[in-house]
Parts: sequence; structure tokens; C-alpha cells
Amino acid sequence: MSEEKKTPFIRLARRSAMDRRRMWIIRVSSIVFALILGFIPILLTGSNPLEAYGVIIQGSLSRPVYIRQTVKIAIPLLGCALAIAPCFKMKFWNIGAEGQITMGAVAATYFALYWYDRVPHVMLLVIMALTGAAAGGLWALIPAFFKAKWNTNETLFTLMMNYIAIGIVAWLQGGPWEGRKGSQLIPMFNDAARLPDVLGVHCGWIMVLILVVLMHIYMTKTKQGYEIAVIGDSANTARYAGMNVGYIIMRTMFISGAISGFVGFMIVSGANYTLYSGVANGVGFTSITVAWLSQLNSFAMIFISMMLAVLQKGANTLQTRMDVPASISSIITGILLFCMLSCEFFINYRLIFRKRQDTEAAE
Amino acid sequence: MEKEYAISMRGITKRFGQVVANDRIDLDVRWGEILALLGENGSGKTTLMNMLSGIYQPDDGEIYVNGEPVYIQDPKDAFEHGIGMIHQHYKLIEVFTAAQNIILGLDGEKMDLRQTNRKVREICQRYGFDIDPEMKVYDMSVSQKQTVEIIKVLYRGANILILDEPTAVLTPQESVRLFQILRNMKADGKAIIIITHKLHEVMDVSDCVAVLRKGEYVSTVRTADTNPQALTEMMVGHAVTLNIDRPRYPKPEKKLIVQNLSVVDGEGIRRLDDVSFTAYTGEILGIAGISGSGQKELLEAMTGLMATEPGSSVRIVEGAKETELIGMSPMKIRRSGVGMAFVPEDRLGMGLVGSMGMTGNMMLRSWRKGRGIFVKKKEPKELADKILSELEVVTPGTDYSVRKLSGGNVQKVLVGREIAIQPQVLLTAYAVRGLDINTSYTIYRLLTEQKMKGVAVVYVGEDLDVLIELCDRILVLCAGRVSGIVDGRSATKEEIGLLMTHAGREDER
Repeated sequence: MSEEKKTPFIRLARRSAMDRRRMWIIRVSSIVFALILGFIPILLTGSNPLEAYGVIIQGSLSRPVYIRQTVKIAIPLLGCALAIAPCFKMKFWNIGAEGQITMGAVAATYFALYWYDRVPHVMLLVIMALTGAAAGGLWALIPAFFKAKWNTNETLFTLMMNYIAIGIVAWLQGGPWEGRKGSQLIPMFNDAARLPDVLGVHCGWIMVLILVVLMHIYMTKTKQGYEIAVIGDSANTARYAGMNVGYIIMRTMFISGAISGFVGFMIVSGANYTLYSGVANGVGFTSITVAWLSQLNSFAMIFISMMLAVLQKGANTLQTRMDVPASISSIITGILLFCMLSCEFFINYRLIFRKRQDTEAAE
Repeated sequence: MEKEYAISMRGITKRFGQVVANDRIDLDVRWGEILALLGENGSGKTTLMNMLSGIYQPDDGEIYVNGEPVYIQDPKDAFEHGIGMIHQHYKLIEVFTAAQNIILGLDGEKMDLRQTNRKVREICQRYGFDIDPEMKVYDMSVSQKQTVEIIKVLYRGANILILDEPTAVLTPQESVRLFQILRNMKADGKAIIIITHKLHEVMDVSDCVAVLRKGEYVSTVRTADTNPQALTEMMVGHAVTLNIDRPRYPKPEKKLIVQNLSVVDGEGIRRLDDVSFTAYTGEILGIAGISGSGQKELLEAMTGLMATEPGSSVRIVEGAKETELIGMSPMKIRRSGVGMAFVPEDRLGMGLVGSMGMTGNMMLRSWRKGRGIFVKKKEPKELADKILSELEVVTPGTDYSVRKLSGGNVQKVLVGREIAIQPQVLLTAYAVRGLDINTSYTIYRLLTEQKMKGVAVVYVGEDLDVLIELCDRILVLCAGRVSGIVDGRSATKEEIGLLMTHAGREDER
């Protein structure tokens, strides 16, 4: 035969359904694979990868005080991932959690600064939490309203809202709320405005764990959770079923923003004890990674947020001990995200390699 | 291989994942012959043809063109072998003229439009096409667009033509014209394959029929030696009765009164213009028309999903009581208890939630029920189980995503749920599109059952043969207006076809 067969070397084929066990094996092995890929950047800095991972674990989990610090990093990540989950389930791409956290922190800070001597301790914290949630919710409601009314692009809108929120804080910092003149800093909170510790970490960890359970129930058992799932699948189906899509988008965004705002309250009242423009510190974005990696499953978020917190905390130790830059944790997080997303591809498709051309002889 | 065969396929196998779309298929087409490729949806017809036109490559088997073995790598390769395919979905640039579209993508062709126009006119004359090469595509009707696609293929010198369900979008008159053109091409010595599942077309135009069933080759017969009944049995694999039962309901009463219904879409185009009709209990009212004549708008306006113009009225009659639906939201219509069931055209995009199982989809009707913030899953689960067993839905379980079910099973879930609300009015849009013969007949039976229970059934359809056999009356839409209402028992396809085109409008003037 003169005509050579030109079958491509690799082809894709759709898989038929895969059982859950194999799916999880693939997912876990993709995490392992990502960690192994993480060897490369560490090697590039001239360090021993295994040793580096050892330091990361040591620096984040080996002593109670480290564990507390790690958990402190995980709390806002987890809380914010829970906030984003319903939006993402609805396919409303809210990447404005950063701004919603910030606005929640602003509202909480107002009461921390000006009401600390007017109401009792617990009352003050409750007011701070509620106003923080309300502020975050209202901030999120703005893009949702425009989406519902005029179908604006929520991704750009929520992103832009972040910078406005950060700008507002920068203004407060140097203007009306400035402590010592010229310091560009807002004063530290009075003890009355600080969250009490439980087991050495501010009590926010109890609240986010309660939120995990509540969010799970909300998404799987309630009418509102059902509505969100239907809209996420097809807005037309939702309309057909008699749902008021615009209203549901606004309501869900308010809830999402409110949780983010609550997270903002926890950050200022439990960790920073003051407000500055970088208060959200990328949590709003990192939590998107947490939400995606855990496939919007509330319980998986606990694990993922802890894992990212370990990387982040451990990388700081790594920097001091082995001269590896702390940004290595962001690189590894990126690799993790990349591997987890591509493993979904391998769950749905498989590769077929070209067969050896020994069948030609049959002619 | 003999030269008299334009195409020979031997042992062609194609797999997608675990699914074997084509299993060792043999096919022969002679020069100057029209072959009809017949089979139900999912039997592998389009896959097989896509391998001829270079879109897929076979996993196994050989293709011969004019007796020579070939390997067709891509559509360009196919053209070099003289094979051209006209797909179901046209791929034309709207703002270009016919001639511009025809030469689009031709390498080394000088942009000499005058010469192209002349050559196009030549082709038209030769085979009896009627098209102006300088007409813009956006001004064309569906059948004119199809003509451009066919000429495009001929212009590239194809002498083996493959047409994928060419009549799906045509009126009966346009189909007749197309068939004449195919016969002219055949007389010119070209080999033609048409994919179809309409039996009367097969009998009308083809010389040979090749039948596929579930990806397997059944056999090829000469059209002159067979009949529709025999072909159906080959397609389905067992004997079926092709008659649709059409009993008369004892005492029909007015149920749904539509008056002066008009819809203007977001771009200011009048999609429905002053539509008025009445549907009765115990009847299936068919709605015929070229696709895009206002069928979708009519159903969505009646269910509150689309805004209507002032003066529109849609009323449901219950004894002495009349309920006006215009102005109500879809939720309000559901709550008012008028019993309006709706099986929309876009099953997974509108009627169902693809990512949920049957139970989740049953909840689409009932999720609001009950007090409190929690959904009740017990009733929907029971309903899902009931539909699963009564309509013989094939699924691994009631929690298995309906998106992964076959088209027929998806439709059973949807129709089953809508019937379960015990409707007074049942609106259906293209209820059997894409379904195999068995499921189609199940749907006809279900609709007729509803009719005999006194439901007013509205059946928007596209296959005129079915409309004529199934419906008691047929309303014909043309460009958003009612061009006529005919009796299903006495109407002819030609009569409806005329009403579907502009002919019906003449006598209004």
C-alpha cells in the first residue's frame, strides 16, 4: 500500500461513567502529582525538595503554637469559600469576595472604634458581626442588581468593586479614622472589640465550622438551595419552573456577600485588631481556589483550606530556614489548582494512542 | 473493487468511548444512483457519513472511491476525492452573497466574482436550481440557503454528494423541488446519498435503501422491491404498526381561548401577529408551520414566559369561569390551578435540569409545596419511581443525571412529569423530535390518552404526515400569523404546505 495511514498519534475519547472510588483515586493522585511537580521550583532555588516539604510540615503543624497560627490562616479561607460556593453553584462568577470582606471589616471597625464604651462586650461583638455581614451583603447586592436588571457582566463588575472597597479603606486610614496624625494608621481596637480565644485561637473557628454545616444543609436540603442549583443548570428552566431569576440572584449574592462581610469582621476583630487597606490580603481570591478544589463541597473545603494554610504558613518558615522565598507556596497552590482542574478532564476523557502499524500486513 | 461503484465501504467501525457508533458496516453506491441511508436516531448514519467527508476517521475498515482505496484525513481530502457533504446545519456567512459564500475558502481562486457568478448560473441551469448568485444570505429563505450549500459543493467539483436530512426544514413543495434536482444530478451521473428517516421520501426519490440499526448494518435493498412497512421493520428490528389511533371525544367543549395574541421581541420584530383560535377539550390541536414561524413564541406567551402586546388575551374556561392568563407570571399561572402543562422544545435547557436526577426534576413542579424552608423529597421520589416504571424509562436510578439519558428517556421524564399534574391544557413543542419510532409512538399514545381524558392538547409538530394522522384539527402558522385552520381528518399535505408558505396570505388582501 502506498497510502500511509495518517491517524493522529493521540486521540481523545469520552469515558462512560466512572465509579466514585476511581474518581477520588484520580483526584488524590493528582494532588500527589502536583506536590511532586512542586519539586521543580524548589530545586530551582537550589534546595532539597523533600527537606523543604519537611520544613513546611514542621513549620505549620509540629507545635501547638504553629497549629494555632495555621488554623488562623485557614479560618477566613474556609469562611470565604463557603460564601462563594452558592454563587458559583448558580454560575454567578463572584470574584468580589475581597471587596465584600473589606466592606464587612469597615462596618465592624466603625463600631469597634466608636461604640466600644457604649455597649457591653458581647453586645458590641454581635453588633459588629451583624453590621459587618450587612455591609458585605449590600456591597455584593450592587453587582447582583445590575446583573438582574440589565444583565451586566458580573465578573468584571465584582472585580472592580474590590478596588473601590480597598480605596475607601485607604481614604479612611489617612482621613477620618486616622489615629495619630500623620501615621496613616487606624488605632488598634479596644479589648472590648476583640473576639475571645477558644483553645488559643479566636472563636471564629467555631463559627466557620457551624457555617460549614449550615451551608451544606442550605445547599442540599432547602428550597432556596434547590433554586440556586436549577439556575446554575439553566436560567431558562428556572423561569419555566416559575422562579424569579433576578430576585434569586440578588438574594444569593446578598447571602454570599454577608458571609464574606462576616469573615471581614472575624479578620479585624479576631486577628488584626485594626483595619488597613490590605485587610482581605487576597483571601477573597485564594478562597476561589478553595471552593473550586473542593468541588463546592462544604466538608471538603475544611480539608482544602487547611492544606493551603499549611502551605502558606510552612512557606514562611521555609523562607527563614532554607532561604527559599515564601512565594513558593503560591506557586505550589497554582500547580495544585492546575492539576486538580486537569484531573477533571481525565475523569471525563481518556487518551487513545495510535496502535502499532503491524495490522497493515493483512492486506 | 469495481469501478462502477462511486463509494464502497468495507467493515467500517467507529467507536466513541465504550459506544460502538458503527460496527463493521458495508456500503456501496453506484454512479448515477440515489442511495437512501435509513435508520433511527442514534443508528450511526451521520457518523458513517462523517467518515466519508473526512470529519472522523474510521477505527477499522476500508473506504474505496471509484474502486481505489483511500484514506480521507480531513474535509479537504474528501473534496479532492470528489466527495461533498451538505450538513443539517448550514455554515454560511450571512452578510456575504451566495457567490461569495460559494468561493469562500477556495485556495488559489482569483476573486473574480463575475466569473464565479457565471459559473454558478451555469450550475443552476444544468440542474434546475433557482438562485441569484448576488443575493445576500440574510435575505434568503431556509431552502435558498440549502441551495447555496449544494451549489457550493458542486462548484468544488464534487460528484459524490451526501445530504444529511435535507428535507427536515423544507415545506412539502420545496422538498418536491429538491428531489427533482437530485434526479437531475443523478441523470448527470452523480452518486448521491441522502440521510433520512422519512419513509415516504425514501420511496419517492431513492433507487436503493441501506438500513442501519443501532450502529449495525442491516442490509441494502432496491427501493422498487420494498415498502414502508418492510423498511420500518428493518429499522426497528421487529414488527410495528404504523397507524396512529385517532378516536373521537364524545362532547368537546371550549377550553382554551386565544384572542388577538401578539408578541414583539426585544429587537422590535413582530413574532406573533394577532393570533386567535380556540382549543377544545378532547382534541389534539396541531400547529404546523415552517420552523421559526412563531411556534415557540405562541407557547411561551401562553405560559407567561414571554411578554405580550396590549390587547392579547389567553383564557382558560372551566364551566362558567374564565381565567385570563395574560399578565400572570409563570408562578401565578401554576398556582392559579388552571392546570397548564407545557413540554417545551428545549428539553434539557428549559423543561428539565440536566444535572439532576429524575427526582430533582420532579421537584421542578413541586419544589414550592409545603411550609418551611426545606424541600420535600418524598413525593417527587414516589412520582419519579412511578414514571420510571409506567413509562419504562431506562436509567440506572432516579438520582442519575437526566442529561446522561438517551433522548427518548429524557422526553419520557418530561412528558411524564407534565401529565402527572393532571392538566386541563397540555402544550407540547416538537414532542417527538429526535426520538426513535417506538418512543414516538409511546408519546402519541400518551397524548391521545390525555385527549380522551378531556384535556385540550396542543401539538406543535414538524412532520406533516404525523400531524395529519394524529391531530383532530391543524392550525397553520405563517410568519407569525394564522394562515388557516384545517380538519386533520380531511386535510392534505399539499393544502397545509400551501398555507405554510405565503400563499395563504393572498386571499386576505
